Amino acid sequence: MEKVIEIKHLNKSFGNHEVLRDVNFTVNKGEVVCLIGSSGSGKSTLLRCINLLETPTGGEIIYNGENILNDKHDVRKYRTHLGMVFQQFNLFNNHNVLKNCMVGQLKVLKRSKEAAKQNALKYLKTVGMDKYVNAKPKQLSGGQKQRVAIARALAMDPEVMLFDEPTSALDPEMVGEVLKVMRQLADEGNTMLIVTHEMEFAREVSDRIVFMDKGVIVEEGPPEQVLVNPQQERTKEFLKRTLK
Amino acid sequence: MSFDIILSILQENWPSYLRGAYMTLLIAVISTIIGALIGLFIGVMHTIPLRKKSVKSIFLKIINFILTVYVEIFRGTPMIVQAMVVFYGIAAYGYEMDRFVAAVVVVGLNTGAYMAEYVRGGIVSIDKGQYEAAEAIGMGHFQTMIHIILPQVFRNILPATGNQLIMNIKDSAVLSVISVTELFFTTKSIAGANFRFAESYLITCIMYLIMTFVASRILRYVEKRMDGQNAYQVEQRREEQMY
Repeated sequence: MEKVIEIKHLNKSFGNHEVLRDVNFTVNKGEVVCLIGSSGSGKSTLLRCINLLETPTGGEIIYNGENILNDKHDVRKYRTHLGMVFQQFNLFNNHNVLKNCMVGQLKVLKRSKEAAKQNALKYLKTVGMDKYVNAKPKQLSGGQKQRVAIARALAMDPEVMLFDEPTSALDPEMVGEVLKVMRQLADEGNTMLIVTHEMEFAREVSDRIVFMDKGVIVEEGPPEQVLVNPQQERTKEFLKRTLK
Repeated sequence: MSFDIILSILQENWPSYLRGAYMTLLIAVISTIIGALIGLFIGVMHTIPLRKKSVKSIFLKIINFILTVYVEIFRGTPMIVQAMVVFYGIAAYGYEMDRFVAAVVVVGLNTGAYMAEYVRGGIVSIDKGQYEAAEAIGMGHFQTMIHIILPQVFRNILPATGNQLIMNIKDSAVLSVISVTELFFTTKSIAGANFRFAESYLITCIMYLIMTFVASRILRYVEKRMDGQNAYQVEQRREEQMY
């Protein structure tokens, strides 16, 4: 399998507090990987380290055979290959839906207006938000915002999509619409790395589940193995608490 | 004081009053714009993230120090004194500054000193998520500022800018000390000629009030326009407007 991102011995600490300790793992092309674990286990930090919103304190992140933590590496270019979806959506408040999906294409990828618009519309259609092109973020519900945020990330045509607890800030009745879009993306063969608390969703959609606790990867494997037949004591405990 | 006298003063002097009001408005509007630009510049300079110790960051610190000194001086001294110092100070070097230019410079610099803090506050108050989202799609600091942050800051500082405009309409009266022919100065000459001080200044009072009231209404309207509707009507036709 073709490796897209490989993480080696990644460390991250905030001051004296170690959040990630010697994390090693790989995301392969076309794979859907879910990161699970209790809050504070470092899963969001890991995701944010991958696109360098947090700067790791040690280790390597290998993308396309190059360590992007080298000083020489063009971080901005690297980021365009990763689509990021935030817990709080973070749509650009000053732009409407269409322009939210276009501004990166225009200013970073330097695409033409027409090409950017067509691409944006294509992905807005995918997430079912093409009727809202002129809406401002504040006019949308949480679920709608998150779907636009997914379209915005997709419009950059990234190699990997990163989701940081995409449904955690949503009202319960809106979780479904966002998960549905993500399921569809998974079925289409997108490479996805998802931090989530939705166990049911993780079981259905992922090829591999990574369980983290206290900044280390405790266990990883196919969903049947990690969720149904966990090997590690800490995993069992976590699942007992969350699955009930 | 009688209404007849007011009418006759108006009849005789309305062109002067209007010219004075025009001058006042011109000074207030131009200097508010200049001040807003200065404030924007300083606000942006003050919020550039500093990276470790580099030549750039030392350079930036020096500039920011100078800007802080400017802000403190202009906020900490009366505008009437600033007007005297600027105008007569430059005149002392044998160069007579155009009075109107001097007026705009003084009020503009004064406004800039106040606006700098508003802008800095406006930038700081933008949600961190906006920066992160921009960063995550590969935008640099400059691009993020131009396309994402500053447009939102503009909206945030609009009420403060409006206040500043209203203050400038009123406070430009102090520029009469350097004989700028704005509304107050004009009134002084009118009243000096007809000796009807109360009536002459009452007219001026009403003119100031009209100007500030209209200015505040216009700004309120602009704010509302910028905010738009809270609900979105799904359009059935697929004719979406481009930006």
